[in-house]
Amino acid sequence: MMKTWQAVKRLLPMTAMFGLFLAGCGREDLSVLRPQGPAADRSYGLMELSISIMIVVLLIVFTIAAYVLIRFRRRPGQNEIPEQVEGSIKLEILWTVIPLILVVVLAVPTVKAVFAAGDDHSNDKNAIKVKVTGHQYWWEFEYTDYKVTTAQDLIIPVGKDIAFELETKDVLHSFWVPSLSGKIDTNPAGTINRFSFSAPNEGVYRGKCAELCGPSHGLMEFKVKSVSEQEFQKWIDSMKTPVAVLPEDPALAEKFKAACLTCHAVGDQGINNAPNLTGIGSRESIAGILLNDDTREDGAPIEENLKTWLHDPQSVKPGNLMPNPKDLGLSDAEIDGIAEYLANYKLD
Amino acid sequence: MDWLTTVDHKKIAILYLWAGGLFFGIGGIEALLIRWQLIKPMNNFLDAQTFNELITMHGTTMIFLGVMPVIFALMNAVIPLQIGARDVAFPFLNALGFWTFLFGGILLNLSWVMGGAPDAGWTAYTPLSTSTYSTTHGVDFYTIGLQIAGLGTLIGGINFLATIITMRAPGMTYMRMPMFAWTTFITSAIILFAFPAITVGLVLLTFDRILGANFFEVGAGGSPVLWQHIFWIFGHPEVYILILPAFGIISEVIPTFSRKRLFGYSSMVFATILIAFLGFMVWAHHMFTTGLGPVANALFSVSTMLIAVPTGIKIFNWLFTMWGGQVRFTTPNLFAVGFIPTFTMGGVTGVMLASAPADFQFHDTYFVVAHFHYVIVGGLVLGLFAGLHYWWPKMFGRMLSEKLGKWTFWTFIIGFHLTFFVQHFLGLMGMQRRVFTYLPNQQFDFLNLVSTIGAGLMGVGMIIFLVNILLTSRKPADASNDPWEDGRTLEWTIPSPPPEYNFKQTPLIRGIDAFWKEKVAGNKGMTPAEPVGSIHMPSATILPFTMSIGIFIAGLGFMFSRDEFGNAFMSFLFNNYIVTAIGLIITFGSMLMRSLYDDHGWHIEPEELEGSERT
Repeated sequence: MMKTWQAVKRLLPMTAMFGLFLAGCGREDLSVLRPQGPAADRSYGLMELSISIMIVVLLIVFTIAAYVLIRFRRRPGQNEIPEQVEGSIKLEILWTVIPLILVVVLAVPTVKAVFAAGDDHSNDKNAIKVKVTGHQYWWEFEYTDYKVTTAQDLIIPVGKDIAFELETKDVLHSFWVPSLSGKIDTNPAGTINRFSFSAPNEGVYRGKCAELCGPSHGLMEFKVKSVSEQEFQKWIDSMKTPVAVLPEDPALAEKFKAACLTCHAVGDQGINNAPNLTGIGSRESIAGILLNDDTREDGAPIEENLKTWLHDPQSVKPGNLMPNPKDLGLSDAEIDGIAEYLANYKLD
Repeated sequence: MDWLTTVDHKKIAILYLWAGGLFFGIGGIEALLIRWQLIKPMNNFLDAQTFNELITMHGTTMIFLGVMPVIFALMNAVIPLQIGARDVAFPFLNALGFWTFLFGGILLNLSWVMGGAPDAGWTAYTPLSTSTYSTTHGVDFYTIGLQIAGLGTLIGGINFLATIITMRAPGMTYMRMPMFAWTTFITSAIILFAFPAITVGLVLLTFDRILGANFFEVGAGGSPVLWQHIFWIFGHPEVYILILPAFGIISEVIPTFSRKRLFGYSSMVFATILIAFLGFMVWAHHMFTTGLGPVANALFSVSTMLIAVPTGIKIFNWLFTMWGGQVRFTTPNLFAVGFIPTFTMGGVTGVMLASAPADFQFHDTYFVVAHFHYVIVGGLVLGLFAGLHYWWPKMFGRMLSEKLGKWTFWTFIIGFHLTFFVQHFLGLMGMQRRVFTYLPNQQFDFLNLVSTIGAGLMGVGMIIFLVNILLTSRKPADASNDPWEDGRTLEWTIPSPPPEYNFKQTPLIRGIDAFWKEKVAGNKGMTPAEPVGSIHMPSATILPFTMSIGIFIAGLGFMFSRDEFGNAFMSFLFNNYIVTAIGLIITFGSMLMRSLYDDHGWHIEPEELEGSERT
């Protein structure tokens, strides 16, 4: 009975592990185990090395343990005193030296990779410089060379190194796109962090905040959209030409200016105290978590997402700093009007 | 009343056990609520704020109020016995340490009913924990409650250091000390060096929050990274404060139930010291993503990996202790044997985390959650279960039911692996920790469900354990001196539970595993090192209790000193620090009484000792 249980106990994790590997290791746009860029590759390489070493160590320990437990059980009538062994210098040296060697095997590539990760490209003329600012609970991306500011969707040209400079306006956050790179904290001004990654393949990658930052920490998501060089240039151009598209209905436009543009910006109007709304109709999500892709089961049309958000922002992201539009004196019809306008405010 | 005034280490052990058990239960319920919220995506069982309070209190409670007191319970119950002493070095301080811990813990948990629990995570990273972003009194309860509880731990640590250095029985050299005594000794040394760091940190944060200082306020030149350094300079050694006693327990249980002496005793001692030393050198591995730069990251990576070496020595020594022995699968030994592979799994993920560039991916994800639960639950809690089942007869004179014990083991360990094994994968698949919910369709759903089911199973294991205690407490206290029959150390030479004075005559130690050595030599008991004589005992006193109550009142008064109460009288009392003053007067008054009245204790005379011992 005991033996079967021991065997089952030891086999369970292994079967579970293989089961998981067969089921795939998470989404391509999200999983650490399916790296999509050189920075994530570097981490993944070390993971593969360390996991291999550790599986060997585990197998040795489990094998010895299983052998000992089966072979040296006390049997009925076994009353003689077993030999009292003090120890064995040879064996003890053996299991001091072997782990030391294993540690060195892991430490050398680790140190190499640490210094490689320290290479931040901030002086690289070819790199795209992006200043990331964390806010409770959204992300601001400023392209310093282009004087373009956007929020929630980070658009990057495929294959180019992106040189990030990160800080926070309030509490600590941590900027993490698992399939592209490891995370780095955003500290308050004065302790600015720099790092860099690139995305060799076009696609949309899911980013997260990895540092507890208040109630909506878990919902502080963003997207990294890797696009072709031409598309990126086109996006920059349309973000730069400061045509502030306002609602067609002049009354609604006035309301929008009075209620929204005191914190938000569209084009050259308003201010950047809250997510920049320029071209919001082209974004991947509203508030980072309401996905605009209505072909997916968890997505919804952008207009619907905007309405969900605007009618009660607190229910979508508890603790966020956006006032409820109703408290700003907007009627339900006006909120729907603004949602409709924003949904159609796309970049060409 | 007897319990409020006791200074007997064995009774204080029981107090620690019940109080620790109570807080452990609270922390466990918090854990189950957390897991229930995460059972499916976008669950709305809990709101975000409550969830953050729960994770903060779960971590804080488990580390400071759940497992540490149970460790202290075992140390108190066993250490004086193992080294052949009649009590700890400072019985009065021992009681004081317990009461400050208890009142600190009560203060912290009062936050649930007094306007909001702490919500900034158990690490309380600034600026989230400053009054700007955490606007309830929650973090005040954290800083002041932990400060008071920490006082108790520090007092306890110093007490055990003094006890082990000065009160070993004749012949017990350091290299003849039982392994649990050794790990207690080293743990106490770590406490002595690590706790002052958190004490300072908590004072600074209290000043920031209550008096408006700027230690961590960025706008006024403070640094949020400073808090992280202070916290982890304490926080990393704290991990070893927790795990070393478990190593000690395992090193007692495995030899006993293998009927062999510990393999490589001196290398075990050396490894323990080395782990403690390295433990202080690696705090910044909690901060790889903070932006310390490649040099710091490289140094802390390598120094962290080195800890694998002494830990590996321990694992193999345990395995080879069983090699060639006669292993009995009693409940304590099941837990000890289950500890080895489980803790090893936690250890190897620790080495993986040490590699900084890989840690950029692991950090603050469920991979880390899995890792430290493998170490703390799979290591320490299994160790504590082993220790509790092992020493229960010595503490209470009653054997816990073996049958229920085995049920506890199997439900708990299966539940444990179900809960935490899958969390490694959740982390690698992109789930960050401390999230109150997660979006659907990220392939997180199934694994979270499995994890929650596992947590339920662990809960079942705990309930079986409680039932076991309850049923056992109704049985007669008839355990023999050496109920496991293969006891090797001094505690098994005296009755269960031991008399108030422990040893009628201090034993003479003639080697490692002193009792075993006598047994092999054909002796029934230890050779006494002294004639039967009058035994000096310390007097019971209520002062440790009143001192702690005073600190508790002062803490509450200080915390609410800035508040507007609806009631003018209350505002007057608190805003003028009158409540604080009353508390401090109680504390210092008690200290004064302790100084003014000389209490010489009392004696148990030889004639009373005769015939009072059962065999």
